[in-house]
Amino acid sequence: MIGLPAYLSVAAALFTIGVFGIFVNRKNIIVILMSIELILLAVNINLVAFSVYLHDVVGQIFALFVLTVAAAEAAVGLAILVTFFRNRGDIAVDDASMMKG
Amino acid sequence: MALVSVFAALAVVIAKNPVHSVLFLITVFFSAAGMFVLMGAEFLAMLLVVVYVGAVAVLFLFVVMMLDVDFVALKQGFSRYMPLGLGIGAVLLGEMVMIAGTIAQNGAHKHDAPPVPDQSFTNAEAIGRVLYTDYAYLFEAAGMVLLVAMIGAIVLTLRHRPGVRRQNVARQVARNSKTGMEVVTLKAGEGIPEQ
Repeated sequence: MIGLPAYLSVAAALFTIGVFGIFVNRKNIIVILMSIELILLAVNINLVAFSVYLHDVVGQIFALFVLTVAAAEAAVGLAILVTFFRNRGDIAVDDASMMKG
Repeated sequence: MALVSVFAALAVVIAKNPVHSVLFLITVFFSAAGMFVLMGAEFLAMLLVVVYVGAVAVLFLFVVMMLDVDFVALKQGFSRYMPLGLGIGAVLLGEMVMIAGTIAQNGAHKHDAPPVPDQSFTNAEAIGRVLYTDYAYLFEAAGMVLLVAMIGAIVLTLRHRPGVRRQNVARQVARNSKTGMEVVTLKAGEGIPEQ
């Protein structure tokens, strides 16, 4: 059986890569959304690892809710992206300053 | 499994083509599901494959391919932000490795014994027993979140094109023989007058 720190290290690496991806791909909002998915996946791995090693199934329940929210967030994010693309013709977000007020 | 997921995750953020990014994302999800199976959380592993690979990744793929974007232009500034990203990534990773090291030294020994899976019921049954009793309200709230997200996505992307002839069901149903038909008596040799 693999130890708990191994899983935590993988989750930490995935989380770091996600944050790194957000900072590096500042213009490409699709990759930013994918990085957010990576971060949430890292959180889920942590939750499930602790849940299994502490013999408490509640952690997996919480991971389930995180999964739900991540799916909803991806759907709404991509919908906003499609609308944004229709209005502007491109999806470069570093100069997205259309908001009024 | 872990190595595959980490390298695929790296490929997600540095791939030039977003389609490749999505495919690597699918790889990450699959290997994470494999890790869940190794841990004994089979239900969440299957959920990960179904929800992420089946729905979210396909959604990403669909959007990436549908939007006709010049991805080369989006890559500009990649190297400019690289030092900042590397710095922040290094700091974060350092912190978390230190925490994981502390856990490995102190906390984990109590629980480092291999967890014995309870063979009397499956993982899915264990989750269901807790989810539908103690967390029933939260479960319904999660359903509400999904409903709101679905309606929100539909409202955001729905558009009415002007100038498209649509079927007006109410008008069709409201027609009867009196309004829909006019009886004219014609004399022989004359047509119907223009209206």
